[in-house]
Amino acid sequence: MSISRSKLSKMTNHAFLLIFSLVMLYPVFWWIGASLKKNEEMSLATIWPKVPMWENFTKGWVANTEYTFTHFFTNTLVMEFWNVIGAVFTSAVVAYGFARLNFKFKGLWFSILLLTMMLPSQVTIIPQYIMYNTFGLTNSYIPLVLPHFFGGGAFFIFLLVQFIRGIPRELDEAAKMDGASVYVIFFKIILPLLKPSLVTVAIFTFIWSWDDFFGQVLYLSSIDKYTVGLALKMFVDQFEVQWGQLLAMSLVSIVPSALLFFFAQKHFLEGIATSGLKG
Amino acid sequence: MKRLYSKASVDMSNIPLQQGQADLEIHTSNPSLKSRLFQRLTKKRSDETNLAGYIFISPWLIGFLLLTLWPMVQSFYLSFTEYSLLDEPVWVGSENYSNIFLKDDLFYKSLSVTFAFVIISVPLKLFFSLMVAMLLNKNLKGMSFYRTAIYFPSLIGTSVAVAVLWRNMFGADGYVNQILGWFGIEGVGWISNPDTSLGTLILLTTWQFGSTMVIFLAGLKQIPTDLYESASVDGAGAIKKFFHITLPMLSPVMFFNLVLGVIGSFQMFTQAFIITKGGPVNSTYTYALFLFEKAFKHYQMGYASSLAWILLVIIAILTGINFAVSRYWVFYESDGRGSK
Repeated sequence: MSISRSKLSKMTNHAFLLIFSLVMLYPVFWWIGASLKKNEEMSLATIWPKVPMWENFTKGWVANTEYTFTHFFTNTLVMEFWNVIGAVFTSAVVAYGFARLNFKFKGLWFSILLLTMMLPSQVTIIPQYIMYNTFGLTNSYIPLVLPHFFGGGAFFIFLLVQFIRGIPRELDEAAKMDGASVYVIFFKIILPLLKPSLVTVAIFTFIWSWDDFFGQVLYLSSIDKYTVGLALKMFVDQFEVQWGQLLAMSLVSIVPSALLFFFAQKHFLEGIATSGLKG
Repeated sequence: MKRLYSKASVDMSNIPLQQGQADLEIHTSNPSLKSRLFQRLTKKRSDETNLAGYIFISPWLIGFLLLTLWPMVQSFYLSFTEYSLLDEPVWVGSENYSNIFLKDDLFYKSLSVTFAFVIISVPLKLFFSLMVAMLLNKNLKGMSFYRTAIYFPSLIGTSVAVAVLWRNMFGADGYVNQILGWFGIEGVGWISNPDTSLGTLILLTTWQFGSTMVIFLAGLKQIPTDLYESASVDGAGAIKKFFHITLPMLSPVMFFNLVLGVIGSFQMFTQAFIITKGGPVNSTYTYALFLFEKAFKHYQMGYASSLAWILLVIIAILTGINFAVSRYWVFYESDGRGSK
């Protein structure tokens, strides 16, 4: 009796989850189908077009006569490379300082760090823009990349601090007995142990900066510097939109994030769980 | 956050004490020498650890001073000026603020749009993500497939790609209306109709509840299973368990999600910027969009800075209310009172 009941509840759970997953993914399925449609077919309810227009992808890729998407992807990936490098290295360094070292006003600085998570970016964005403008750094990647070299953001520091606190202190103490300085302890002991969390930081940094449309639209103005996101926006604003090509290119634009997600899924979702993020 | 704070304070109080004791044991013969030596030793040690600490946090500290604190000071100053980027800022006193509050209809419009968005989308998102997190917390086969599927929409986040998708699906002759047509319902142009345009944006953000859900999931995994077991022994049903165990144990996480959710959705920008451009008839003209256009379309930097500080005050008040109310419903395991 009890076995069949638990089986039944398992089945209902599966049914719920399956339906829910399908509902969640439905727009994505439609998207894939629509990227292969002609303009006239776009509003038809069928998901898959009668004749798939594979040239939506090839034509969309070179739709801008001046620059192809190869150019836009290269721009974005180069920017992402530096973002990830900056965030991974500096967030670990800062987190170690907060998690393991004692220094004056540490509590105060840490509270400020947590408070900055709640600060609306609008308060700082205008003077930041003016500052970059004064130094002639607008229409460059510097304003987009530089912030990642300052600890990579309060959220990541917080995440890593939580993780480092979970590492047994005996490891540090033993190394200290052997005369290791805090710097040696950081590089030889803590940093290697941080690897799984740093993967999480890298993935989040990549995906979030890929999606950071606000910063890109603010600082990049010439087409040769455009990221994939801005190139798509330019596509949308065209007079006569080729929807099929546009949707095809939008689909291509999420491929890097999607690939990262699928290959590092375990880290991505459990990186947060294991570091004990709790309110 | 409370837990983390208490840990930190324990660390700080323990360590100097141990060091002091060690010194006491070594130099007991001469009391005055002992105390001087002790002072010098601890002073030297604290200088060193201070230096090391500041070296380690320096990337963040420099960034904070350069890209947060200094801009905040400047932004506050600019909010009392008129400034177009081309000329020098001109001091106008509180004129920007009085104009905003007394003359600017768009300010009130964008504020009400944003409030409506926050009030509907935040609870909706919390509700969905909690329900799904509870389903995903069960040990079923194929869980990683479900997790991926449900998280996937959040992965594409606020990118232009998803905005394009939404515009297409909810357009006048878009896909959604086709489906409604099967049931004999005549759809409207969901995005071009001012009554429904904000709704489509709310739906879009609700669709992307992944990160809220992940945090709930992390919280659920930390609830000790023996609580549920002993409740079962006492004959509690699933609903009772949910209200008497899951909800109270999860309330700190719920609070975390609520606070960050309110702050985040108050700044909603990209979707409104790309999908609707604030229209039709300003029905999706969010506060962040209003501020962005003032600053970077009309180049009224002073006026926009005033708007930014009003936003900061509103968010601070809402967060303050959240914290004040939290003591009545957020439950902490170790001590119920005075927690932060």
